[in-house]
Amino acid sequence: MAELYHRILKWLDERFGAGAVEDFLRHKTVPLHRYTIWYYFGGMTLFLFVIQVLTGILLLLYYRPTANDAFESVQYIVTQVRFGWLIRSVHSWSANLMVFTAFVHMFSVYFLKAYRKPRELTWISGMLLLFIVLGFGFSGYLLPWNTLAFFATKVGTDMAGFVPIVGKWILVFLRGGPEVTGATLTRFFGFHVAVLPGLATLLLAMHLLLVQQLGMSVPPSVERSIAEGRAQPRSMPFFPNFLLRDIIGWYVALGTLGALAAIFPWELGTKADAFAPAPAGIHPEWYFLFMFQTLKYLPAKIGFIDSELLGLMAFGLAGLVWLVVPFLDYKAGFGRVTRFFTGLGVFALGYMVVMSALALR
Amino acid sequence: MRKTIPSLVVLLVAIASPLAAAPKNSCLTCHAELEGPQGEPAKKFPSDVHNQAGLGCADCHGGDPQDDSMTAMSPAKGFRGAPKKTAIPEFCGKCHSDSNYMRRFNPGLRTDQLSQYWTSVHGKRLRQGDAKVAACVDCHSVHDILAVTDTRAPVYPTNVATTCARCHADAAYMKGYNLPTNQPAQYAKSVHAHALAQGDTSAPTCSTCHGNHGAAPPGVSSVENVCGTCHVINQQLFEKSPHQAAFAKMGLPACVQCHSNHEIVPPTDAWVGVGSNATCIQCHAAGDKGYAAAQRIAGDLAKLETFYQRAEDVLNTAERSGMEVSTPRVELVSAHGDLIKARVEVHSFNPGEVQKFTDEGTDISQKAYQAGVVALRERDTRRKGLGVSLIFIVLAIGGLYLKIRQMESTPANRH
Repeated sequence: MAELYHRILKWLDERFGAGAVEDFLRHKTVPLHRYTIWYYFGGMTLFLFVIQVLTGILLLLYYRPTANDAFESVQYIVTQVRFGWLIRSVHSWSANLMVFTAFVHMFSVYFLKAYRKPRELTWISGMLLLFIVLGFGFSGYLLPWNTLAFFATKVGTDMAGFVPIVGKWILVFLRGGPEVTGATLTRFFGFHVAVLPGLATLLLAMHLLLVQQLGMSVPPSVERSIAEGRAQPRSMPFFPNFLLRDIIGWYVALGTLGALAAIFPWELGTKADAFAPAPAGIHPEWYFLFMFQTLKYLPAKIGFIDSELLGLMAFGLAGLVWLVVPFLDYKAGFGRVTRFFTGLGVFALGYMVVMSALALR
Repeated sequence: MRKTIPSLVVLLVAIASPLAAAPKNSCLTCHAELEGPQGEPAKKFPSDVHNQAGLGCADCHGGDPQDDSMTAMSPAKGFRGAPKKTAIPEFCGKCHSDSNYMRRFNPGLRTDQLSQYWTSVHGKRLRQGDAKVAACVDCHSVHDILAVTDTRAPVYPTNVATTCARCHADAAYMKGYNLPTNQPAQYAKSVHAHALAQGDTSAPTCSTCHGNHGAAPPGVSSVENVCGTCHVINQQLFEKSPHQAAFAKMGLPACVQCHSNHEIVPPTDAWVGVGSNATCIQCHAAGDKGYAAAQRIAGDLAKLETFYQRAEDVLNTAERSGMEVSTPRVELVSAHGDLIKARVEVHSFNPGEVQKFTDEGTDISQKAYQAGVVALRERDTRRKGLGVSLIFIVLAIGGLYLKIRQMESTPANRH
């Protein structure tokens, strides 16, 4: 077996230098310390992304992106297509788990200061990937064309209309007209299966390349312990030691997805009807709830400005600050942990959790 | 001087204009100062629909509202004063029966109330001098009369029963009329009162069946017409049924015989058949044709109800398990429609006709039930599949764990 493996490797090496890849894998190591567990969440997010791509391709075989057919085609997938229910449920559950693991990955990177010099671009590419993942969630939510998704998209795209000057234009661009119609569905489908995957692939390649180039970051506290001689630098080979552990995590994720799909199949709801009154309890997906709840608490106007506009501006500004945090917290690059930025992270995490919990009450 | 005169005219017009806009009403000015019954009309009148239409005291009571002295209320100035109870209908009818006059305020307003009133039991008795019966003001109030469309009006649909009950539920007041006083309490328990309480103003109240101005109890022969104004199909089926002739011959009121009159509670399937709660056995006995028909209709209804409920239960279970059963669920709606149609068809008292609907509904219910069973079977298969997959996943995880341990057991491969 080992001989066959070496012969294949040799064959590949003679053609495109696969030995370099093996060499890279052989020498790549992962730092080992008490925070190592957080390294697994990046790989887990990547695994779930792959699941999304695979199940998404299978769904594409039957899905029809028109207002007349979308709901019925999803209904056909879950009732008539062999294992269609499993593919659709895994796609929906995996999307949600991916958002969750992406958030865990982001906050772990933030609190371990892994964004500090020289990994600023790794952070920025990761943040842009997170925004794209949220875009996947928002555009995918509408695709089954059910009542809840229809009205949630109406509310969600309405928000875009509050942006000063270009708001109206963005709203019409997103909806393909002034209202949420079949044109919006076709457009969202285009974003979901072409535009966002294209952008995600580019950013993912960049993100992974940077991770390989720069290696995994060691938290400042661990670095300090090593520098002060209180701890020894430890690491494990990426291949196969870390990868095998990663695969264990992926198996756990696969089992969880299967269990969720079999025990709690993702519900389809009722077909969207633009002329029906909006149902009670319209809400966006859970990862947008903190923004939704904040806007609900705001009065109609603050001063002379619409509170929606002010809320969106505040979230936009917060997102921008979060995106450029490696440049604001530049001292972290010199191994100095600023309490302000750690506090900011705790506040952001706490705010999102509390607001989401209040929205779910 | 030439310049001064036009200026004075302009000034006088300017001062006089607001006075001209609010016509003088000495009646209100004086009566507002009075205490007790004489002061009450002035206090109530601002909210009165007549006041809002621009009418004043003198339009009903005569007199001169421009006159501040007591002579304003002299017969010479047309003062009619407050009418006696027996004169009230004509007093109100003076305007309300005049189409030309009423058209000025509302061209769609009826003007036959007075003539209808004289045909009512109230009107007839009033003519005979009975001042206890209801006249216009007893139902509509006086001096603070509200439009019928005003939800606060005593004659607004949701308030009618309470207004009638003021007299008809008062045993002492109704003494001597030989009428029961429990109708309002009975009506309050009815399906109609519940529908009205829930905001359905099309649901019948006292005046819907008895008439309002021409209020009278419907005669035995006209009961089905009264109910049939809303329950059209039921009436048509009843008229074609053998019961109509039989009821007429026996002098029985149509609908009321089974459904009661005021306490019309929601009917149940138990009313049909030969059980202890069945109405059919009031007249039919074992061995007669009607008894057998009642038995068959009840059996068919019960069969459909059972099959429908069974299908509903299995689909609910499948839905709670997350299974997609919206198509059989939609189909089952038509089975429920068949159940409703069969219940209506009961009024034909023809078992064959009822069976057409129950058979159709039973067939649909069975198909929906089968779809639910298939969905539950599918759910179980999925769970078994999950169990098997999880075993393989756990085995794979175990294998990987052992591989890592074995790999890292050699000092060279330790971290």
